[in-house]
Amino acid sequence: MKKDIILAGVGGQGILTIASVIGLAAIEVGLFLKQAEVHGMSQRGGDVQSNLRLSDKEIASDLIPFGQADMIISVEPMESLRYLPMLSKEGWLITNTQTFINIPNYPAKEDIIAGIEKIKNHVALDAENIAKEIGSARAANIVVLGAAAPFLDLDYNLLENALNTLFGKKGEKVVGLNLAALKAGHDFAMEKIEGRG
Amino acid sequence: MQKLLLLGAEAIAQAAIDAGITGIFAYPGTPSTEITEYVQNSKQAGEKKIRSAWSANEKTAMEAGLGVSYVGKRAMVCMKHVGLNVAADAFVNSAITGANGGLIVVVADDPSMHSSQNEQDSRFYGKFAMIPILEPTNQQEAYDMVHYGFDLSEKLSIPVLLRITTRLAHSRAGVAQKPERGQNELRLPSDMRQFILLPAIARKRYKGLLANQALFLDDSEKSGFNKYIDGPDKSRGIIVCGIAYNYLMENYPDRNVPFPILKITQYPAPRDMIERLVGACDEILVLEEGAPMIEELLKGFLSIGLTVKGRLDGTVPRDGELNPNIVARALNLKDTYGQDIPDLVAGRPPSMCVGCGHIDVYNALNEALNEYSKGRVFSDIGCYTLGALAPYNAINTCVDMGASITMAKGAADAGFFPAVAVIGDSTFTHSGMTGLLDAANDGSSITVLISDNSTTGMTGGQKSSASGKIEAICKAVGVEEDHIKVLKPLKKFHEENLKIIQEELAYPGLSVIIPRRECIQTLGRRMRI
Ligand SMILES: Cc1ncc(C[n+]2csc(CCOP(=O)(O)OP(=O)(O)O)c2C)c(N)n1
Repeated sequence: MKKDIILAGVGGQGILTIASVIGLAAIEVGLFLKQAEVHGMSQRGGDVQSNLRLSDKEIASDLIPFGQADMIISVEPMESLRYLPMLSKEGWLITNTQTFINIPNYPAKEDIIAGIEKIKNHVALDAENIAKEIGSARAANIVVLGAAAPFLDLDYNLLENALNTLFGKKGEKVVGLNLAALKAGHDFAMEKIEGRG
Repeated sequence: MQKLLLLGAEAIAQAAIDAGITGIFAYPGTPSTEITEYVQNSKQAGEKKIRSAWSANEKTAMEAGLGVSYVGKRAMVCMKHVGLNVAADAFVNSAITGANGGLIVVVADDPSMHSSQNEQDSRFYGKFAMIPILEPTNQQEAYDMVHYGFDLSEKLSIPVLLRITTRLAHSRAGVAQKPERGQNELRLPSDMRQFILLPAIARKRYKGLLANQALFLDDSEKSGFNKYIDGPDKSRGIIVCGIAYNYLMENYPDRNVPFPILKITQYPAPRDMIERLVGACDEILVLEEGAPMIEELLKGFLSIGLTVKGRLDGTVPRDGELNPNIVARALNLKDTYGQDIPDLVAGRPPSMCVGCGHIDVYNALNEALNEYSKGRVFSDIGCYTLGALAPYNAINTCVDMGASITMAKGAADAGFFPAVAVIGDSTFTHSGMTGLLDAANDGSSITVLISDNSTTGMTGGQKSSASGKIEAICKAVGVEEDHIKVLKPLKKFHEENLKIIQEELAYPGLSVIIPRRECIQTLGRRMRI
């Protein structure tokens, strides 16, 4: 088993939480893991990404080679496109469609969505709205994670366990919200896959 | 024991705790900051009473670490690569004094300049000082090398440089811990003159350092960190340093590289191993993260006889960090690429946060400077450097920490008026205040804005050594009290702030303006707790 994942977003959007959940799940089943993060300057509202690698064999490089990522998981739509050079031909692009606009020359949203739809394997969802319906806009990143879940090759309950571990300290309500967010994202993706036949 | 999932930086910190350090000394700097933060937040380090607060700058950190070593205890000193320029005097001379208790200097380089103003390779400093260098390839090796490095430092009585780069510092992997070791007892050097670098003593000690090179080299050959891995195809031998090893292996999924490999992770460069590789192979490819140090060593000035490929002949790009694809191309292996980034994707550079006090400072300063010609603002390193970008376009220089005040002073001394310096609070106590002393002593006509957000913002909000002390320092170095002005950078005070800045700009003498408002990031964090 090998999963090379690019996590993408804007500094402060919390992509590292997604990485932690997947990481905890992977470690529970004894997979090897490497995760390169971006710290420092670009965290000031710049574009940030993390290279997350899982494998049942020892992993050599902290960086995923260009063209070999199995998946891009992005919490921001324009950022999802920034890492296309990394994505393999059969790879999946999973992205939130809510834009984060902190630059004057941000492109038109329709153009971004059109760009995403050109990618053969993609799931695009409005994670903020889905999260709001569940009761917490802050869980949007977990909705995105849920949408990625069917492609991770990790048992779904491992991700649930990881959410329990990660949010356990914050109480049952927070855990419950996050589990619901995970499921909502997951269901969205499943519908999309099945809809394609 | 279960493996810990740690950043490379954190693995180094955990190892230092486990190896029995008494103190860690550092000034923040990406990508080294997390080492010291990990110790500061570690319960285990707290119980062991390991000293870990931030130092004013890298030089004071280095010297304090040397003091710990003098009394026989173990110390770690951490900094980013450019920090070693600041600590260089102490660092280079510590090779002559030697160590007593184990001393490791961790320097984190930033090839590709993700968060830095250059990509200097610290191995050159280690070579220059003539001390052993360790360069781990992964998180586990980083952990193990800290243990080994402290033993080596004590065995050979010499500080050891541990060189890492951004990718290792900021990448997480599983790390197995070693048993914990206690701290050293207090024990002064047996030679009480060891640390007195008077010329007569220094000459003797320098001869000792030169003589010890053979021991350092011997350790490089035998410690087991440098590895010769034979391969059947001798048409090419590969020398691979530090983290570059991972990128090489990534290109061989079954980990069977057909060529002989020399993996270098300890310096001085292992001469016997290099000779063996050169003797066995038709040509040598050198893969190193950073500058072509080994490559230059092999190539020599005249390039006679041996074909050496690497950064100097374009087989590998001359600048920037390595990655698996660059290594694939250097080996003529299959390169891979996804698809191009669509044109519509716009750059998203870092920027000052919404609500940041530096923004109000620049809005007022820009307006105050409207009546003068452009190009008057000498700035410095910190979040406020982002004032260089649109829409502010507010600063004209950023060179090294502290250079704002001194460059403004130089310009003023050359007859440029008004000249303005903009510096942050942490940078001011790092190395701005000595420049202010120069300006006061010289009566230089400059206006210094110390934009005080009461934290070390750019590196994530570490405690600033300047807290609560700025006015007193300015007064003490000789700035007239009437020309030390504190103001609150908020939109609603724009007019009065503007007026103060205008007045001080017009004043033909030294003045300091201190706009003071807490960083909104640290404020937000405080409010959440
Ligand atoms: C010699 C050196 N050490 C450390 C750094 C890393 N560094 C860059 S900016 C900065 C913080 C500056 O803090 P401050 O002056 O208070 O400004 P702020 O970012 O808070 O606005 C640090 C530590 C550096 N660039 N050079």
